[in-house]
Amino acid sequence: MVGGDMSRSTGLDAHLVVSRGEAFTLDVSLSIPAGHTVALLGPNGAGKSTVVAAISGLLPLDDGQITLNGRTLDNPADGVLIPAEDRGVGVVFQDYVLFPHLTVVENVEFGLRSRKTPRREARELAIRWLDRIGLDDLADRKPGDLSGGQAQRVALARALITEPDLLLLDEPLAALDATTRVDLRRTLADHLGQFAGPRMLITHDPTEAFLLADEIHVIEDGVITQVGTPDDIRLRPRTPYIADLAGSNLVLGTASSGTVTTGTQQLHIADTQISGPVLAAIHPRAIIIDRHQPDGSPRNTWEATVIRIEHYGDRVRLQTGDPLPLTAEITPDALSDLQIVEGSVVWISIKATEISVQKD
Amino acid sequence: MKRHRAITIGLATGALLISACGTAGDGAGGEVLVSAASSLTEAFAEMEAAFETVNPEFDVVLNIGGSSALREQILAGAPVDVFASANTSNMDLVVDAGDVDGELAIFARNRLEIAVPSGNPAGVTGLTDFARDELLIGLCAEDVPCGDYGRQVLQNAGVTPNVDTEEPNVRALLTKVEAGELDAGIVYATDVASTDGGVDGVAVPDDDNVHADYPIAVLADAPNADGAEAFVAFVLSDEGRSILADHGFGLP
Amino acid sequence: MTKQATSRDRRKRRPPVVLVVLAALGLSVFVVPLLGLLARTPWRDLPTVLTSDVVLDALRISVIASLGATAISAILGVPLAWVLARVEFRGRSIVRGLVVLPLVLPPVVGGAALLFALGRRGLIGEPLNQMTGLVLPFSTWGVVIAATFVAMPFLVITVEGGLRNLDPRYEGAAATLGAGRWTVLWRVTLPMIGSSLAAGLALTWARALGEFGATITFAGNLQGRTQTLPLAVFVAMESDRGAAVALSLIMVVISLTVLIVLRHRWWGAI
Repeated sequence: MVGGDMSRSTGLDAHLVVSRGEAFTLDVSLSIPAGHTVALLGPNGAGKSTVVAAISGLLPLDDGQITLNGRTLDNPADGVLIPAEDRGVGVVFQDYVLFPHLTVVENVEFGLRSRKTPRREARELAIRWLDRIGLDDLADRKPGDLSGGQAQRVALARALITEPDLLLLDEPLAALDATTRVDLRRTLADHLGQFAGPRMLITHDPTEAFLLADEIHVIEDGVITQVGTPDDIRLRPRTPYIADLAGSNLVLGTASSGTVTTGTQQLHIADTQISGPVLAAIHPRAIIIDRHQPDGSPRNTWEATVIRIEHYGDRVRLQTGDPLPLTAEITPDALSDLQIVEGSVVWISIKATEISVQKD
Repeated sequence: MKRHRAITIGLATGALLISACGTAGDGAGGEVLVSAASSLTEAFAEMEAAFETVNPEFDVVLNIGGSSALREQILAGAPVDVFASANTSNMDLVVDAGDVDGELAIFARNRLEIAVPSGNPAGVTGLTDFARDELLIGLCAEDVPCGDYGRQVLQNAGVTPNVDTEEPNVRALLTKVEAGELDAGIVYATDVASTDGGVDGVAVPDDDNVHADYPIAVLADAPNADGAEAFVAFVLSDEGRSILADHGFGLP
Repeated sequence: MTKQATSRDRRKRRPPVVLVVLAALGLSVFVVPLLGLLARTPWRDLPTVLTSDVVLDALRISVIASLGATAISAILGVPLAWVLARVEFRGRSIVRGLVVLPLVLPPVVGGAALLFALGRRGLIGEPLNQMTGLVLPFSTWGVVIAATFVAMPFLVITVEGGLRNLDPRYEGAAATLGAGRWTVLWRVTLPMIGSSLAAGLALTWARALGEFGATITFAGNLQGRTQTLPLAVFVAMESDRGAAVALSLIMVVISLTVLIVLRHRWWGAI
């Protein structure tokens, strides 16, 4: 999906090196072409916020460089450092960081007013943006009166109104409760689609990364441990952390009366109320592997061929084939007890309660 | 009157109240609180030491200030034993209020002198210089004895002074002259002597000068009347007079 | 049983007696002197005293000095607070100590220090005087400087506290939106620490208005030039007690009014 050409002149090209004492050094290379969304996925403390600060211009690099659309923003070796206000990097901050003393419309027009856009023109444009995100009737409210979802849209409008060259989203959904998150991920995907420049999504939530990004960079302890499409990451995790974090099986399907129908398989689920298009998530450890057809409670069982076996320290990942390709995780002992090799035919079983379903 | 005193006492100096807390009411010995005019600072410090050598049972505590400020403290009911004022008018107000026990005595005399910074940089030669606009001139505030005397001296000389500051007491005035911040000020001759060359004195002609009488008295409400009597007697004794003379005071 | 329960409930609801008694004593520390003042106020002569030259002159000088000191404190103190809150440098704790020193120093010492620094023979005052002929002591400027010296710490520490409590991400967000340093300061930082700033200004003004020791030591005392209300009270205490009480009353009324009004509007930060 993403080409290998690193010298493209439109888009972001960055090599970020920042030292925080002896204990932590960030060393990350990133390349995002225009129109693409790259997610930086990693746990807390991995260096994600340092990446945001470095790219947005709030923290100078110790080494490396940042180039946006062919313009150098930061290059310590050449002594180049463009301040944040001149970078053209639009940021949607974690928790949104809307100015509490300004009204919604004043927040949105802030960037324009800072760039000396005439007062009236800035106001008109801001109102138009609010109209676009469906919040024009809240123009004179203070951010404190907004719901999380409304605040997120205001933050997005505030960042986009200045027509930035790069859109940086720092945990844009983390501040929301679970149900709003699903709705807003949709709207966010729409807005991202409308922004023509490179888009960067910083997140600790694999679902968010899988659904919004064209390419995922996994960051651990300040370095990138894996780069790939969401499928690459999901199916072929390279470190235990990624396997754990990103290895969940995601299945798209249609739900009705306690069943999810995918193209090739029916899954029984615990939730009988949900209906319509859904996203079903199954953790690899929730999948039980056996050589014989199991008896007992599991309602989802089928036969499949093991097409790949990968070892990660104290656990083993099995990738199974049709009718519903999944990744399962077992212990090395179980692997030898069951005498499974690539090509073995096994029985898969999943309890209905182990499948978490959310509306897509 | 008593009720008012109880209230206004809060306005009197806090330090004074604290020092007065220890005053013993018993007959022999104890603390003697002496309120003395600023111009007596050095002389009475020596007086205190000499008195306590002779009368070790007493502990003299000096409360130094502008005579009018001391007067106000006494009128407000501060538990003072002895009042030594730099002029008779402040003492008279205390006497009128019925706060003095027995006779008051004039124990010292002072005259006025012009104090200029060491070396006299502004070239002050006499009282007429007090009218010069370009000089920084200080006097004591009105109602402070040195302020009243100073104005009287200038009036005697027919000079209208161009005053830049009216200091609350003679020591404050002297300090500013000594620091060179003021070009001239009218102080007591004893003050000029007390600085040991820190300021120079320019004499005020006898015709214009006034002579300040220093009265001393035991106060009617003195918590330590015995100590008060003893201290006043010492000040008026030959030894007390010689200490005052050493500090440049004239003797009655 | 029921009786017991009720009496226990009642006891629970009441604040502890010891606390209330001590609190009342605490309050009396402030109130009793005020009562003393009111008891001695010459109400009949008040109009005459309040419109006398001495009082009007002192009022004018006090207004000039307290507002001047507040303005200077705002112009110099806010940047100082910003540096202390936002710039990490060696000796920052020493600088912070120097800033709050006037709070603990007797004002007379401050006045003397100002005299040695800015007086006609002072460290800076002497060259200044030789170059410009300017003499700060015994001038209204001297009064303003003395008031600034004792009052500015209030502004610096309150504003610094406000800045420390302000999430730096707001300033960062403003920068990414294209706001330069000045825009950030004026449109984000200062409005967001508004209550701290207002409280700091109020405290600074109040301290400047009440300033006495440093003023009389550094600026001297002359009606219409350097005599502020507190100085006039001090001098009047020795000559005209009625005037002193009347002047004190003005100060109490002005200060109380301003502080009560501000408390309602701004003092959230303290």
